Amino acid sequence: MAENLIEIKDLHVIYRTDDDEIYALNGVNLNVETGKTLGLVGETGAGKTTTALSIMGLLPDRVGFVKGGEINFEGKNLLKFSEAEMRLLRGNDISMIFQDPMTSLNPIHTVGEQIAEVLKLHYPELSKNDLEARVGEMLEMVGIPADRKGEYPHQFSGGMKQRIIIAIALACNPKLLLADEPTTALDVTIQAQVLKLMSELKERLNTSMILITHDLGVVAQICDSVAVMYAGEVIEYGTVEDIFEGRRHHPYTVGLFGSIPDMTKKTDRLNPIEGLMPDPTSLPPGCRFAERCPHCMEICSKASPDMVIKDTHQIKCHRFTIQAKNLE
Amino acid sequence: MTNAKVNAPGEKSNVSVKIHQFKKKSQFKAVWMRFKKNRLGMFGLIVFLLMITVVLGADLYLDYENQAIAQQLSVRFKPPSAEHLLGTDQFGRDVFARVVYGGRISMFVGMATIVVSLTAGAIIGSCAAYYGGKVDNILMRIMDVFLAIPNILMAITLVAALGSSIFNLILAMGISQIPRMSRIVRSSVLSVIGQEYIEAAKACGTGDVRIIFRHILPNAMGPILVQVTQTVARSIITISSLSFIGLGISEPTPEWGSMLSEAKSQLRYYPYLAVAPGIAIVMTVMSLTLVGDGLRDALDPRLKN
Amino acid sequence: MVKYIIKRLFLIIPVILGVSFIIFSIMNLTPGDPAIMILGEGAKPEQYAALREQMGLNDPFFIRYLRYVLDAVKGDFGKSYRTNIPVLQEIATRLPYTLKLAVSSELIAIFFGLPIGVLSAVKQYTKTDNIALGTSLLLTSMPSFWFAMMLILLFSLKLRLLPSLGIDTWKHYILPAIATSSSTLASLIRMTRSTMLEVIRQDYIRTARAKGAPERKVVFGHALRNALLPVVTIIGVNFGISLGGAIVIEQVFAIPGLGQLMVNSIRAKDTPMVVAAVLFAAIIASIINLIVDIFYTYIDPRLKSQYTTIKAKKVTS
Repeated sequence: MAENLIEIKDLHVIYRTDDDEIYALNGVNLNVETGKTLGLVGETGAGKTTTALSIMGLLPDRVGFVKGGEINFEGKNLLKFSEAEMRLLRGNDISMIFQDPMTSLNPIHTVGEQIAEVLKLHYPELSKNDLEARVGEMLEMVGIPADRKGEYPHQFSGGMKQRIIIAIALACNPKLLLADEPTTALDVTIQAQVLKLMSELKERLNTSMILITHDLGVVAQICDSVAVMYAGEVIEYGTVEDIFEGRRHHPYTVGLFGSIPDMTKKTDRLNPIEGLMPDPTSLPPGCRFAERCPHCMEICSKASPDMVIKDTHQIKCHRFTIQAKNLE
Repeated sequence: MTNAKVNAPGEKSNVSVKIHQFKKKSQFKAVWMRFKKNRLGMFGLIVFLLMITVVLGADLYLDYENQAIAQQLSVRFKPPSAEHLLGTDQFGRDVFARVVYGGRISMFVGMATIVVSLTAGAIIGSCAAYYGGKVDNILMRIMDVFLAIPNILMAITLVAALGSSIFNLILAMGISQIPRMSRIVRSSVLSVIGQEYIEAAKACGTGDVRIIFRHILPNAMGPILVQVTQTVARSIITISSLSFIGLGISEPTPEWGSMLSEAKSQLRYYPYLAVAPGIAIVMTVMSLTLVGDGLRDALDPRLKN
Repeated sequence: MVKYIIKRLFLIIPVILGVSFIIFSIMNLTPGDPAIMILGEGAKPEQYAALREQMGLNDPFFIRYLRYVLDAVKGDFGKSYRTNIPVLQEIATRLPYTLKLAVSSELIAIFFGLPIGVLSAVKQYTKTDNIALGTSLLLTSMPSFWFAMMLILLFSLKLRLLPSLGIDTWKHYILPAIATSSSTLASLIRMTRSTMLEVIRQDYIRTARAKGAPERKVVFGHALRNALLPVVTIIGVNFGISLGGAIVIEQVFAIPGLGQLMVNSIRAKDTPMVVAAVLFAAIIASIINLIVDIFYTYIDPRLKSQYTTIKAKKVTS
């Protein structure tokens, strides 16, 4: 039985502005096994990035607060860690890469210096030569000639910048990599390259990964399990086969798949999911998807559904609760 | 983080109606509403308006000839009292009256100067922006040469050549500000012309004149207006500096800078003479600066932090 | 990089020529007869005519200008109408004082303005930030000469700590330099604060935190260097303003610099002196601006790479 590298239990996070409290995460539950990749999908605003930032302890200062829950990494609750302890983890055991490679690198340091920085932070005992060697190694690993380490970020293309960022993230051989839409800002052809690179590296280094994306195609390619998020909750969770080939799904997931334009069929209009996500400052009681759900029942607007579990597949929907009860 | 209002299921979105209504509400009103929320900006505006009222209404409660100009050597160097609110100077003139009338001169010169520099600067700047290419290049190179001369030196040179009458002072200071104003107008107009909504307007078939008046000018005016407040503020300091070194408004016309120059020679024994004119300058410039800052924040639709 | 420097040096020559043309034109196209000024009112008409002929005043304007430039390049800026002493001599005596004042005021502005701006940004919205912004506002709103007078009141007259006249010892420079620095100081505080605030929001700062860098390193190692880049250009541009400010402040402290010379010459209608004094000030301001610009190109890798060939840099340097 593979061990869970990281377990998130009932995580609640709010953002507090001058006017409002925004309920960003409302009881998120997730696991990732060692060496596996979890795809975290959902619309913008569902809480995917917030989940990743919570793991890293990088919620914006003075604005983001964890209100409850646990994040257990290798059995220890990260939420109880001090800032100093978290800093030891960041870049070392848990790394994160962000969406826009064009602006994620410091323009006035060479790329070599930026890779070296993360190494120096966590392995200060490394000799100069070892450091140089490792930097060159990492560059080669992501497909960039090592002798370019003295160049500055503006001398590289977008795809190459993202590869440098991957090099920085993986330099200390982290156990967990959080990738927040790493290919969204790149051209489609470059996307494929970068994904292939990530997939290979992940295999080679046995890194676990949480891949945040709204692109279901990417999920199908490299993820082992999938969690679908909506309005700050995980509403469906399972292996890639469960989600892509299973017969039963949360209505939202059905909508997501249905909204992907199919090039083989002739249609007149796109199929978006009607409506918008609920206002995060005042969430409705009951199921958060009730307003937009084509199968909405009376109980849905009153009570929040439980997670219905069948083997590896979990769905948070009253329809299945009732079905499950009927089967008993 | 913004609040997203959600329609109940089944309710038709009335977003299109809202857009139409927003267009009718003038842009100036929107900016004004935002400005009103800026406490410092409002404070500056109120102070400035108060000062203008005090200064403009001076004749109603003060006597220019008797209090500000006529010398009464028997009451020299009197400290502040009920009769002379801020005391008297070395010629027995009432300091309060001189400060108030001095304000008239300073504000008048400040505003007149901006009229000169803005008119010329706007013509040069918009020509450069509109015609672009060689015209733009030549005009801006010429402006660059002017800008290479520090502002106050330019003013000093012009005053040296033209003389110190009020008209010439306004001319000198106005001319010295033209290069900067033209650059600002040019960049403001350029940035508006480059926006996509101008292209969109053209793509809809909107005529050029309509584009200029409905789209370019209203959007370019904002940053220009901010610069105007800053330039008027700077002019007030410049005119007082010129008067201070003896190249500006001449005696016996009261002017804050020349009053400070006189006060300097009396600094050891009558320091109070140096306080009032200086504070008057600070208040004027500070309130104008606050208004300018508030305006700049109100024009910038980006949410702060 | 050297080629770039040489190119910029060449480019500044037309600017300097332009400046000289403007100043020369302004001063020489306005009414006033130098012959009368030099000989006084009582001389005979033939004497005036002879002097005008001798000074070349009857020649067309452009010839006079060209003659002026050619002479100036050789170091001859004419003779004072008042004293008949070569203008350059007088300027050379006085210029150093003004320069010392301008430079020391810039240094004060940099030394205090940058740290206060950074502190203000890092502690945004706190009391420190508000005090810094308030101070900056006050400094811009005060005329520097009034600031000087207040400083004299406090430090010279009341506390008797510092001198208020002349320029004999280093102590004499303190109050004048502080007063002159006020506008640049205010600008630097505001500018540094705003660039720091902008830089701290950048994505690469987030990357640095994600690497596990301590906050101190994030602020100083990453944010600061990026934030200071635009500030450098401000320093270059502001030198001209400092120079202008120094000229006014000289009147307050009776410093025998270029400013006093300018004012006296203007009153005496001593055209060659005025032209040369303003010209020198403008040229120096342009050159300092150029030097700072070149320095900026050197320290910003994005610009530097356009003008140099990069050699493979060692990572650990």
